[in-house]
Order: sequence, then C-alpha cells, then structure tokens
Amino acid sequence: MENLVSANEFCINHQIEISFISSLKEFGLIELTTLEEVLFIDSNELQKLERLLRLYNEMDINMEGIEAVVHLLKKNEDLQTEIIRLKNRLSLYE
Amino acid sequence: MEFIDYYKILGLAKNATAEDIKKAYRKLARKHHPDLNPNDKEANKIFQQINEANEVLSDPENRKKYDKYGKEWKHGEEYEKAQKAQSQQGNYAGRNYQEGANEEDFSQFFSSMFGGGNGSRGGRQTKFRGQDFNAELQLNLTDAFKTHQQTLAVNGKNIRITIPAGVENGQTIKISGHGSPGANGGPNGDLYISFSITNNSKFKREGNNLYATIDLDLYQAVLGGEITIDTLDSKVKLKVNPETQQGTKVKLKGKGFPIYKQEAQFGDLYITYSIKIPTNLTDKQKELFTELSKS
Repeated sequence: MENLVSANEFCINHQIEISFISSLKEFGLIELTTLEEVLFIDSNELQKLERLLRLYNEMDINMEGIEAVVHLLKKNEDLQTEIIRLKNRLSLYE
Repeated sequence: MEFIDYYKILGLAKNATAEDIKKAYRKLARKHHPDLNPNDKEANKIFQQINEANEVLSDPENRKKYDKYGKEWKHGEEYEKAQKAQSQQGNYAGRNYQEGANEEDFSQFFSSMFGGGNGSRGGRQTKFRGQDFNAELQLNLTDAFKTHQQTLAVNGKNIRITIPAGVENGQTIKISGHGSPGANGGPNGDLYISFSITNNSKFKREGNNLYATIDLDLYQAVLGGEITIDTLDSKVKLKVNPETQQGTKVKLKGKGFPIYKQEAQFGDLYITYSIKIPTNLTDKQKELFTELSKS
C-alpha cells in the first residue's frame, strides 16, 4: 500500500473528475490498481499522470490528442536513443 | 531590466479579449510546452515567456496594472510603494501559481512588477511535485571505466553521486528527489544527468566492446612471437601466430568495457593488426629480401 496513491485523493488534490483517470486507463495510457473496489495509482505512475494532466489542462488537448502525443513522444525518445547509439558507433570510424 | 511586451509574446493586440488571450496561450503552449519538447532548453525558455505573459494578461487585476503602467512600470512600482506606505493597504499578493512554479520561472521584470511567482489564484493548496532538473556531466572514457563518485553542484547544493562503471555517451540517469522542491508539501522533482563522454584513450568504444589497431613489424607478422599490448587498465601478453596477415582481427574476451550495472562483467577487446613494412633498408637487407623473393 505504501507505493499506492488513492485515485480519489489525486483527483481531489488536482480538482479533476475521476472520469479523467478512468479515460486514461481505457486508452491504455496509465495503469491503475484496484483493491477492494477502490482505484489506486502506483506512485511510479504519478509523474506520467501529472504530465498527462498538464497536456489536458494547460494545452486543452483531448484524450485522443493525448494518446497521439504520448505515442509521438515515445517515438521521439526512441529516435533520440537511436541517434545517440549511431553517433557512438560512428565515432568508431572517425 | 527591460520592459517585456506580453502582448507581443502572445501575438496579440492591446485590445485582445480574455478569450483571445486564452486561445493564443493554448496555441503557443501546445508548440513550446516542456512536456512536448523534452530537453529542449530553447523551447523551455520560450514557454516561460509565454507562461509569464499569460499569468499577467489572463488575470484582470494584473492586466490592468500592466496596461496602466506599461513601459513606465518602474515609476508605477514607485507609485505603488508610496501608496502602500501611506495606507498599509492594497498589498498586491494573493497569487498562487499552482503548477509548481517558483520565482526562477519568472523574469526579473515580472518579479519587480508583480512580486514573484507566489500568491493565490483560487486559493487551492494542491500538492505539486517539484520540477525535474537536467544536467550534463562530462567524463573521460577512462573515468567511465570505473565506478566512482563525483560531487555535483545543483542549484547551490552539493550532492555526491555514484557513477556506475560502463555508462554510455549520451546515457541519462535519474537521481530521485534532487530536482526542484515540491509545492505545498509535494514531493521533490528528480535530477536527470546526461553523460557526455570524451575519448581520452587510443581505444574506440562501441557499447561494451573496445577496438584498437596495433602495429606489428613484418618479422613478427611473418615469424610469429609474443607482444605486450595495453588494455584500458592493464597490459596483456598476446601470442602472434606466424604468417599473420594485414588486418587480422583478434578478440580478447572480457578485456573490453565494463557492462553497466553488471558486477565483474566486461565486453571484449578487438585488436586489428597493422603490419608495418620496414623502411630505410640496408644493402644487406635488400639483398636478403631479393633472395627471399626468388625462393
């Protein structure tokens, strides 16, 4: 239980509807744990959840948009990693 | 400290409506928001300006004050101070930027005019996680070869971190809790350190393997023998087979780079032989080579 945060508590603190969290789960963007019919967020997911919340609140991006953004950010991150790997490999021939 | 034209930052005219401001902010935020531009310092800087402009123009009181004094804001500030001194009232506080911002997120201009990034907008006391910090640490390849500790100065605080052997150039590690302090009792952000590794050795590195080219004289290449070569941290003796050809590669298992976070595990060292043809031959040597060529 130490690493779990109640989804309700999170929603109260951030003044958002619980449906926002449920939608993120439905879209496969976060993972939730249900214990005795209560939804919990793993503390490791909090940072990601807060980022998704900012996309929603500050940029007015809807759930479909958030899903696309998350996908593209992941793709971008993978490409950055690949660039670093290739640069390191290229240094072999310089 | 220069005057900042918040309308210009948001691309708006002075008579923009609250809805125009909101739209302009959202549009620019979608382009420059740090969450959409990770590790992009320029985008982060632009977003801070956009955010600051929105903080001022989206708040009717702030906007009024900003519009009233405009470029003369310095005098406006003096005027405000005089007013405060007279009545001990009308203190401009009451703002609370909720998204974990601190005074460093605002320009000097903003802080002078509006007193920093603290106050209350709506009076919520939400806990927010602090911002993450990003830093770059330069290491030599020989430093990355061994697990070692380094002291870093992050926002005025010295922190001692252990750098595991085998870190890669461009790799980022997370130091939990060493980012910006959380707001209203929220957890601290994290510190992300990216390594920039300079090769100060004769070896080339790819992943956990090391590569080097070793000169071999013609006689050793033809007749074989034993040579001593340097690895990154020691020396090893290597048997050279007779009739070794130019470009022959030899693998020295486990003599490469340490594997990140895998105790006592190492990559391999690949040696390529480069055979050197003797120069400035004496007449006698030329004669012997001629004889050889006929045999």
